[in-house]
Parts: sequence; structure tokens; C-alpha cells
Amino acid sequence: MPEIQIRHAIRDAMREEMTRDDRVFLMGEEVGHYKGAYKCSEGLLEEFGERRVIDTPIAETGFAGVGIGAAMAGLRPIIEFMTFNFSAVAFDQILNNAAKIHHMTNGQHSVPMVFRGPNAGAHMLGSTHSQAFEPFYAHIPGLIVVAVATPYDAKGLLKTAIRDPNPVIFLESELMYGVKGEVPEEEYLIPFGVADTKRAGDDVTVITWGQGVPVALKAAELAAEQGIECDVIDLRTLRPLDMESVLESVRRTNRAIVLFHGWPYGGVGCEIIAQIQEKAFDHLDAPVLRVCYEDVPMPYAENLENLVLPTPERGLAAIREVSYAR
Amino acid sequence: MTNDKDSPPADPGNYDAYFTSKENDLRWYREMLRIRRFEEMAARSYTRGKISGFLHLYIGQEAIAVATKEVLEPQDRVVSTYRTHGFAIALGSSPGACMAEMYGKATGLVAGVGGSMHFFDRDNQLWGGYAIIGNHVPVATGHAFASKYLGDDGVTFCFLGDGALAIGPTHEGWTLAGLWKLPIVFVVENNRYSMGTPLERSIPVSDVTVKAPGYNMASDRFRVTSVAETAERLAAAAKLAREESRPVLVELITYRFRGHSMSDPAKYRNRDEVAESRSWDPLERTYNALMHKHGMTEEALEELDDEVVAEMEAAVEFAENSPVPEPSARFKNILVEES
Ligand SMILES: Cc1ncc(C[n+]2csc(CCOP(=O)(O)OP(=O)(O)O)c2C)c(N)n1
Ligand SMILES: [Mg+2]
Repeated sequence: MPEIQIRHAIRDAMREEMTRDDRVFLMGEEVGHYKGAYKCSEGLLEEFGERRVIDTPIAETGFAGVGIGAAMAGLRPIIEFMTFNFSAVAFDQILNNAAKIHHMTNGQHSVPMVFRGPNAGAHMLGSTHSQAFEPFYAHIPGLIVVAVATPYDAKGLLKTAIRDPNPVIFLESELMYGVKGEVPEEEYLIPFGVADTKRAGDDVTVITWGQGVPVALKAAELAAEQGIECDVIDLRTLRPLDMESVLESVRRTNRAIVLFHGWPYGGVGCEIIAQIQEKAFDHLDAPVLRVCYEDVPMPYAENLENLVLPTPERGLAAIREVSYAR
Repeated sequence: MTNDKDSPPADPGNYDAYFTSKENDLRWYREMLRIRRFEEMAARSYTRGKISGFLHLYIGQEAIAVATKEVLEPQDRVVSTYRTHGFAIALGSSPGACMAEMYGKATGLVAGVGGSMHFFDRDNQLWGGYAIIGNHVPVATGHAFASKYLGDDGVTFCFLGDGALAIGPTHEGWTLAGLWKLPIVFVVENNRYSMGTPLERSIPVSDVTVKAPGYNMASDRFRVTSVAETAERLAAAAKLAREESRPVLVELITYRFRGHSMSDPAKYRNRDEVAESRSWDPLERTYNALMHKHGMTEEALEELDDEVVAEMEAAVEFAENSPVPEPSARFKNILVEES
């Protein structure tokens, strides 16, 4: 199987779906002539032309709304946010239009579209450019939320997202666009709501997604060196949530941590922990811990940022703590 | 106000129209040079991995910041974008503190929490430092609202890029400023690109000032080729805003000589365009005016350059030798702590 970067897996998914379905188009800032701020759409303008690869001015409310309106009228937009930080500008469109229209029109309309782009902190970008948006979007009924961490998952899930009849928030990672992995040459789709065990073990369940995945895997590696074997579950979809996989693992390990990029307060981690205690309380041998950002705006200074971010070392400490291996 | 179309003086080598006394030209030259040398050193530090994150240089646009300083009254405010270093240096921020900010050091302008994109220096009238496109426009409008409310006679200068013209908050800020007749000058620094997107793919008109009547704003529009002209015309705008309490829109046609940020090779611009714009470089033109109009020698100007370079090298040294923030600094200033 060929090894490709995540950015190319994303590009290939878009290209295949655009080839398959003329209603699919890509719209966003710098997606065409500039080939994407992170080069995720290289070659698409040349292949599909300006009708289907559409550069926008800086107008997130505008082009998110145009995407929604076009989707209602039968098209299949892929809207790229240069980063999800800028989706805040379009939040009303996503919250009150994309997520509501199917419901408030009693099913007369649907909004089959994808909002995609990089999410969460990158490196030293400061407080307004380092935010994780999954808690905001996963909070909203009427949306599907996906977060990917490998080229294989990125391609398979993006193709599913483009074909899905619902609005999908598709979270990528600026730090991980260059991550390489095997992707089959033949077509495949990955369904929503199915987690993937990225490493198997019976001692501690490590639940993670998106940019948290490589950190969790590294933490699991460090734990293994100390004789603790972790089950690393990459959720891949945050709404719907594959709690079955999580619960199966927790019933086996009796211990769990949730490791992710984002703030602790009211986040997706809280939802997972709430469901674990609702559905597997009797199986727990230790409180479920979160390893994530500290509850502060992201500082620019490197030494401070490193203290705020979830690291393999902090992951290891939490794994040891739930194992009572202090 | 006049509304000159994009019509620069016919000859970049004509120094009569907008070069004044030797004293002024020399002072402005020095200030522009301070910004340029500062930026060059920031770029060098970035290349050496000492500065991280995004770094957007102001090289080519320096005359605007210097002219702004020239017309500012003590009660006025400047609100700008992530391309702010030039304003900080021109308004009197310490180059050492500016450089240290980008190094993420405790001695930085905002103690290392902001980096290049978030320069704030309230004591020197710099009120930001914003990096979500357009979201400072209503905020700046609010500063003007406060000035009118308090009757403090202050004018807010709100700078925005040509890329901020399409986004909603700009429209909303302009609407409120016009509706409530607020003392604010909105200055569009039209450097013709937002990242790789030329103006003609950003907004449906090429003359930004055609928007002004819709917000009941007076307007002006010209190419920035000297500090003197820019200061004169910004002063006229500020006078209108201050004396008649009304918003004014000024479109400055300018150019960034470098890419959008350090990671942008700017392949979307052709050589001729860059060369043409460089021929109007206010810094270069002032240099020539100092030599040809004011009779300064190359040696004297080189000496001045050496002084400026030494000042900026000291800034780099200050940044390098400064301590990083204390670990506990990350918990500071999240909410106001009453002491
Ligand atoms: C809402 C929002 N969308 C996208 C971006 C990413 N971005 C940062 S700068 C920029 C270009 C802005 O160009 P312009 O306003 O012309 O200012 P210039 O860089 O030319 O000074 C873009 C798209 C952003 N910061 N905020
Ligand atoms: Mg611009």
C-alpha cells in the first residue's frame, strides 16, 4: 500500500468525490490558486476549474452561509476553514442554520455539507489561534463531528462525510498534515460512529481523538516500558460517539483516562466520563482522569505553552495514577 | 475631502512635492529605518528559530506608522492588526520589549503571552494587536464611542487590511460609527493582497472609498509615497473626525515587499509589480531626497544606518538575554484579580 501524508489523503478524498459527483465543490480562503493554506487542495483547481474550486474573500459567515444555502438547493459543498479558530466568525450559521434547518423545516430541507479544516493548538500561535472547537460543535444536536489522526482515517471518513446527508464538522490538525501512513489504492469508506483501537492492551483504556492520538500512543509506549499495557481507542467520530467500544474496553481494563487537545471544562472528555460512570460504574477501579489543556488561554511563550499542552509525560502520569502505580 | 484616484506623482524621483525640511525628512527617515531594521532582524531571528508562530512583516508600509505618530494627539488611540510591529516602534514602544515579545520572554510587551500578532502597549497609545480578521473594527468603534461619551476629544485610528473589507464585523463597525457619528478614522492599508488573494478577488469594486457614502463617512484615497503627504492627509481626516465627530475612511495604497508571513514565498506576484512598487518605497525615496534635495552625504546616511542597526541589535540582545516567563505566569490575567 502506498504511504501518503494526511494532506494528500484529504486531497484525494475530495478529488475522488468531486470526480464521482458533480454537485461536490470546494470553497474557502486560498483553496484554489494558493492550493490551500496547508496545501490540502493541491491540483484541484487545475483539475476541476474555478466553478468547483472556489476562492473566497475573508468572509466566514458569508461562505459558510452560502454553503448552507447551496446544500439546501441540492449541492454538496465542502467548506474549508483556514483554521477552525475562524469558524467562530461563522458560528451562528453553523449553530442556527446548518444544525437546525432539517428539524425546523420538518424535514423539507437537509444540509448535506462538510465544514473542514485544522483544529486545536499548533505551535506558538497564541490564544486566539490555538483553540479546539470540538466541544462547541459536539454540543449541538443536528451536527456530525469527526476528528482524524491518520491518512487512512482522514480519507475514508472524509469520503463518508461528503456523501452524508447531514452537516459534518471535520476536524484536522495543522501539526499532523505531514503525518504519513498507508492508504489502499482501492476505494473504501469508514462509517461514522466507529472507534478504532490504535494500540491494544488490557491494563488501562486511553480514550483519545484527533491531535491527541499521537500523544496518547507515545504515552502508551512509555507506560509499556513500565509494564502497563494500554488500550488506545481513537474515537474518530465525536458525534455520534462509539461508547460501545469504550465500554467494552473499560469493562476489561477497569481503568481509563481521556487524553485530548482542548480545555477540560465542559468538554467532550466530560461527556465520555459521564457516560462511563453511567454505564460501567461497577467496573471502575479508579476515577477516570482527563489529560488535556490546562484551563487557561493558550500562552505564546514556548515554555508556558509546553506546560499547558497534554504531553506523553502527563499522559503517562495519569496512566500510572489510575493504575495506582505511584 | 479629495478623492484622488490611484494617481501617484508621475515620477518616483521627483522629491519636490512631498519632501519638506531637512529636519523633518531626516527624522522620518530615521523612524522608517528603525522599523525596517527591526523587521529585518526579526526575520533573521525567525529564520534562526528564535522566534516562532506567525511573523508578518511591515516592510514597505513603514511610512504609514510614522505618519500616524506624526498626527496623533495624546488622547488618541491606534488599533491595528497582527501586522503591528511598525506601529509599536513608531509610537515609542521599546524595540527590546517588542523583540522580547516575539522571543516569548517575560520582558516582552505583553510578557510573552501574545507574540508577534498581539502587540499591545497602552502607555504608547497602541491598543492592539488583533488577529482575527475584522474583529477589531467594532472594538475600535467602541473606543470612539467612549471618546464621544466621555467628551475626551480623542480620535481612534483603526487600521485594517484590504482583506478585512469583506468580513461582517467591518460592516457592522462602520455602520455603527456612521449611525452614531463617532470620531474615528478607519484606515484601510490596501497592500493589494490578503495572503495570496489580490484585491480584485476580495471585493467587487476596486476603489474602497466608494463604500464610504453608505456609512455616511467622508473619505480620502491615495498612494503612500512619503511620510509628509501621508501625515498631512491623515491629519485632515483626524481633524474632521475630531471637530465634526464623524467617521472618516482613508484608503492607503501601499505594498508589502515581503510575503504575507515568513512562511509565504509570495509566488503569486510578478517581478514587475514588485519592482514598480519598490520604486515608490517611501524609505528609499526619502533617502534619495536627503541626498539630492538636502545635500546629505552617503557617509552621513550610512552612519545613521549604523546607529539604527546598533539600536536594533541591542534589542535582539536584550531579547536573547531576557528570562522566559515564570511557569506560574500562565495562570495570570485570566480574570481580573482585585488586589
Ligand atoms: C476571520 C479570519 N479568517 C482568516 C484568517 C487568516 N488570515 C490571517 S491574515 C489573512 C490575510 C489578511 O489580509 P489583509 O487584511 O489584506 O492584511 P495584510 O496581511 O495584507 O496586512 C488571513 C486570511 C484570520 N486571521 N481571520
Ligand atoms: Mg492586504
